[in-house]
Amino acid sequence: MLLTRIMKRVLAGAALSLFMGETRADYALNMPRGVTPLSQDIYDLHMLIFWICCVIGVIVFGAMFWSILQHRKSTGAVAAKFHHSTKAEIVWTIIPVLILVAMAVPATRTLVRIEQAGDADITIKVTGNQWKWRYDYVNPGFGLDGGFGFFSVLKDDSNQARQVRSGIDPRTVEHYLLDVDKPLVVPVNTKIRFLTTASDVVHAWWVPALGWKRDSIPGYINESWAIIQEPGTYRGQCAELCGKDHAYMPIVVKAVTQDEYFDFIGEQMVAAASESAGADREWNKDELMEKGGQVYNTFCVACHQANGQGLPPAFPPLAGGAISTGPVDGHIERVMNGKAGTTMAAFGPQLGDVDLAAVITYERNSFGNSTGDIVQPAAIRAVRK
Amino acid sequence: MSQAVAHGHDDHSHLPAGWKRWLFTTNHKDIGTLYLSFALIMFFIGGAMAMIIRLELLEPGVQYVDPTFFNSMTTMHALVMIFGVVMPGTVGFANWLIPMMIGSPDMALPRMNNWSFWILPFAFTLLLGSLFLPGGGPAGGWTMYPPLMLQTGFALPFVIFAVHFLGASSIMGSINIIATIFNMRAPGMTFMRLPLFVWTWLITSFLLIATIPVLAGAVTMLLTDKYFGTSFFNAAGGGDPVLFQHVFWFFGHPEVYILILPSFGIVSQILPTFSRKPLFGYESMVYATASIAFLSFFVWAHHMFTVGMPLAGELFFMYATMSIAVPTGVKVFNWVATMWRGSMTFETPMLWAISFVVLFTIGGFSGLMLGITPADFQYHDTYFVVAHFHYVLVTGAVFGMIGGVYYWLPKWTGHMYDETLGKIHFWVSVISVNLLFFPQHFLGLAGMPRRIPDYAVQFTEWNQISSIGGFVFGASQLIFLYLIIRCIRGGAKATDQVWEGAHGLEWTLPSPPPYHSFTTPPQVTDAVAHS
Amino acid sequence: MSAPHGGYYLPDPSHWPILGSIGLFSIFLGSATWLNGASAGGLIIGFGIAVFLFMLFGWFGTVIRESVTGTYNHQVDVSFRWGMFWFIVSEVMFFGGFFGALFYSRILSVQWLGGAGDGFATHQFLWPDFVPDWPMTVMPDPSKWTVYREVIPAIGVPLLNTIILVSSSFTVTFGHWALKKGNRRAQSWWLFVTLALGFTFVGIQATEYVHAYHELGLTLHSGIYGTTFFMLTGFHGLHVTIGATMLTVIWLRSLSGHFTPENHFGFEAVAWYWHFVDVVWLFLFTFVYWL
Ligand code: HEA
Ligand code: HEA
Ligand code: HEC
Ligand code: CUA
Ligand SMILES: [Cu+2]
Repeated sequence: MLLTRIMKRVLAGAALSLFMGETRADYALNMPRGVTPLSQDIYDLHMLIFWICCVIGVIVFGAMFWSILQHRKSTGAVAAKFHHSTKAEIVWTIIPVLILVAMAVPATRTLVRIEQAGDADITIKVTGNQWKWRYDYVNPGFGLDGGFGFFSVLKDDSNQARQVRSGIDPRTVEHYLLDVDKPLVVPVNTKIRFLTTASDVVHAWWVPALGWKRDSIPGYINESWAIIQEPGTYRGQCAELCGKDHAYMPIVVKAVTQDEYFDFIGEQMVAAASESAGADREWNKDELMEKGGQVYNTFCVACHQANGQGLPPAFPPLAGGAISTGPVDGHIERVMNGKAGTTMAAFGPQLGDVDLAAVITYERNSFGNSTGDIVQPAAIRAVRK
Repeated sequence: MSQAVAHGHDDHSHLPAGWKRWLFTTNHKDIGTLYLSFALIMFFIGGAMAMIIRLELLEPGVQYVDPTFFNSMTTMHALVMIFGVVMPGTVGFANWLIPMMIGSPDMALPRMNNWSFWILPFAFTLLLGSLFLPGGGPAGGWTMYPPLMLQTGFALPFVIFAVHFLGASSIMGSINIIATIFNMRAPGMTFMRLPLFVWTWLITSFLLIATIPVLAGAVTMLLTDKYFGTSFFNAAGGGDPVLFQHVFWFFGHPEVYILILPSFGIVSQILPTFSRKPLFGYESMVYATASIAFLSFFVWAHHMFTVGMPLAGELFFMYATMSIAVPTGVKVFNWVATMWRGSMTFETPMLWAISFVVLFTIGGFSGLMLGITPADFQYHDTYFVVAHFHYVLVTGAVFGMIGGVYYWLPKWTGHMYDETLGKIHFWVSVISVNLLFFPQHFLGLAGMPRRIPDYAVQFTEWNQISSIGGFVFGASQLIFLYLIIRCIRGGAKATDQVWEGAHGLEWTLPSPPPYHSFTTPPQVTDAVAHS
Repeated sequence: MSAPHGGYYLPDPSHWPILGSIGLFSIFLGSATWLNGASAGGLIIGFGIAVFLFMLFGWFGTVIRESVTGTYNHQVDVSFRWGMFWFIVSEVMFFGGFFGALFYSRILSVQWLGGAGDGFATHQFLWPDFVPDWPMTVMPDPSKWTVYREVIPAIGVPLLNTIILVSSSFTVTFGHWALKKGNRRAQSWWLFVTLALGFTFVGIQATEYVHAYHELGLTLHSGIYGTTFFMLTGFHGLHVTIGATMLTVIWLRSLSGHFTPENHFGFEAVAWYWHFVDVVWLFLFTFVYWL
């Protein structure tokens, strides 16, 4: 039963771990040293305070265990009578103070450095959403202006494996829970300023290799910075409880050479331009349904589920829903403005006109809904005005 | 109402019997027993939730519970353990022991004492009941941060009112303890002769009175933000989600000392007894406890270093946090000095007390590391924090309480417990608890966030070790339960003094003590107090 | 009734506390149900209030009976005093939390939203049109909140209320002096004046609320200014109401001669509470209305 099932799983896990050593190559006991000046300062600070604590521990516990061995009644020890010593007490007040001062000095130095986010070359705005990150290159650097941005969500193979009792062994998924569809791409050896904020609840953006995490708080912006010294892929996770899928909003930062980065922003700007051109034309139903399916599976599926049945009562079904089969305007309104006090976010500011038009069309014509309505990007634009 | 009866010493035949005795009692021992039994039951409930957490974390992937339920287990586990186990448990000790230790017949306000206890079952009905509402229980963590907490469905007002209700109980309990200590001491029992346990509870009561109302305020703000259109935590109206965190942690940090100080007191009673040597540095212990309590009001923001405070704030809270290591260190050194050149024996209470000193200190060290702001930018919200607070809470607060149960159980019941079983309980627990929580340090440092039902594959092994340690630790508490029940039922008769090295007024009373501990105040001399 | 016990006073078992718990439990359960939109909540609340009031009458009735029959000794009196004192301290901390929220939002968060200090990027990217001021006449996101035209000026009705409440602190003290001199008539008279002033204060506050809601457009929904304004003054008003009700009880007891110059803790406890309510108001007047 349960117990044997657990035992089996543990044994299987242990066996697997013997054979699949490679997939867990980044396995570690300690904090990574990281790839930015800050992360290395922090690592050194961490090791310093760690060793200080170890030494104090050895002394205190050593004295205690020596006493336990020597001063036991069974060996005939007779209790001494002393019950205080002002001298000793002063000593063991002063010495810890000195040790603490010794820790505080490098800590202060590092902290002051961390808080200097000014004169960066690149500024990226990071927005936490339930449960995906959005990256806006508000200042992509290299004298370019006009930003672009995109969402970054858990990669599909992880997403399938992570479903309750999916039957897929996470050990067979590469970078399980730590991979995204579209990573954040940044250049190495460049000072990057990160502006973290959120659209719904508090999240925290954390890539251990960069050395810090920062809360992303709705309505406020926090600033932090990094200079990545080595090209590579650095992974992290959301580090503030943000609801059901808190475990499933990973962060992947791809640090590339400055040339590669330059190519990347070029591509992104072209894509952004064609996207906004798309909003000006008429779309036919098939196009909208296809696009809408993609959008739905990226943004809506977590709550309303692939079959549109939702997870009542927390997340209502869209199949046969009062709004998703009611008047179109009500549907557009709900998706664009969300509903305050629930997890249903306002998607108006998050998605473009095409995406919104497509996903609404999709919802009205899927899961058994057959309103036949087609919503054009122009209709969304009209509402925005 | 009964007639005025001239009470004979042990004549309480006019008292109601059966369930009425427990429901209506105004007796500090009955109420103490109620508190302790309640805490024990809640320990198994909160522990069962922890077992669900550990079961789900046995392996990557989501096998047993869905993520929302997992989060509500985490939330409820913490609320139950803190508000249902450690707080009532330590109040139970206070009820049983303070009157006996200061030489009085009962608490100062016995009727209110009954009320403080009899709020708890009702409040927990509200809290635990919310798990069965459509949409499930609260799942925003025990820290209840908005805006996430405001997304809670039906459960939200239940949780908030439960917190209000529990707060009322705590405030009345601490008022009672303060009034008792100020006003009911036997002649000659000056403040500087109070047993350390009494001191720690006096200081804990001040902390409670100063912070619980602030928590009540914080959750009230959540309530009005959700239902009455206020904008405390909404930037669009000029508020700030971080405001909640400030108000919450103004309560929350002193709260952790509320949880630990009584256990400090218990350990300070146990160590001298089995070292057969007076507590080292009594006065500095008192001052250190007071300093810890005082400082605890100025460190709250170390829980929120990553919210993006101004640099000056980060520095202030870092320095203040570090400074708490000094008085805590004084306590640890004094405990070691108490054992030093004693004549030690190692009965079960002593074993728990010694492991408390070691393991609490380990938890303190990780606390200190967390207090270093830049390092906390890495540690925050990872399993390193989980490891830290379980070392101070489980192997600290809870171990202190378990040690205290072994120490005073013979006094309370009049029977000796089974020493062999007690030692087995200790050794199984102390080994498994380290298997359970030590690997969590590694997990946190290697990057595993807390409050997740599922994790990246490289964290598997340590999680499995932790889970297995957890199951063994949980199972070993069944030994404890069995031992207590057996000891209440019978066993070798306990003497008045029980332990060879025990000193203090409670050991001058018979085991079990009479219904009204001291009906005529004993005269306390320096020799009685400080031997 | 209970008996002194070898020099100590120890009450008999009592069924009042458990009734109190049942009452409070029903009030909380009912309120939670009501907030979740079920109308049955109201009934449960009503039941809870009835039980709770019954408990209050019964419990205090017992205490008063014990007190006037001289069951209490000096030690009990001191315990009651400590009890009341620390209860008031806890009330102070409750208000402290809300004052903290006021100072935090006024001094920090509103300024950050407006771009001061660390709020530079917050202002630039999220709330570029927001101009911080206090009272905050424009919300960061005006679409979500009721915009108000004016706030209540300090010099006016609030000042009048200050005068009323401060005078009532004096009148209650005159009553206390009269009590200590054994002048029962003066004592009851001063108590009556105090409670009348208290209820007048509450009445004036209530009309001010109506005025704010209907004429000024200042409501709980008016962003953080309206929030802190109504929450602070509201909780204070609630405390004044409780205090004035307790004064009424004390007045009735005083009329039936419950207090003696030596033994009148009930009177003092209410007087302390009343002073506390008064001091809180002085802070409110200063920080909510005036500065
Ligand atoms: C009993 C409860 C308890 C106790 C006693 C403590 C004690 C301490 N705690 Fe802990 N803490 C918690 C319970 C507790 N904590 C909980 C529950 C949380 C998590 C809450 C949540 O988020 O859910 C938490 C989280 C927490 C954080 C936030 C981490 C984060 O979220 O990022 C921090 C940061 O500073 C911290 C610091 C400390 C410090 C400095 C102490 C100090 O008091 C420790 C002092 C002791 C020693 C240092 C050891 C003995 C001293 C010596 C031997 C002297 C010599 C030593 C030196 C000079 C180094 N704690
Ligand atoms: C005093 C407080 C206290 C105590 C005693 C404990 C005790 C335990 N805690 Fe607790 N824990 C907290 C306070 C406490 N915890 C807090 C504050 C949090 C943070 C919550 C948050 O993030 O919001 C937390 C979070 C927390 C987590 C992190 C969850 C997450 O981040 O998602 C984990 C995971 O391992 C955990 C495990 C345990 C375990 C295994 C025990 C064990 O010690 C429990 C042992 C007891 C028993 C198991 C019960 C006895 C036995 C039975 C029920 C019999 C049946 C059992 C078997 C046969 C196996 N706790
Ligand atoms: C984080 C969870 C979540 C996500 C993601 C989400 N929704 Fe919702 N949605 C909700 C909740 C909760 C409600 C119910 C709100 C209420 O109480 O009326 C809802 C309601 C709706 C409704 C109204 C249903 C009805 O008939 O009442 C529509 C339409 C809708 N969502 C569309 C979408 C679309 C389109 C997306 C993606 C672009 C999306 N939702 C993403 C949580 C979510
Ligand atoms: Cu986003 Cu956790
Ligand atoms: Cu803390």
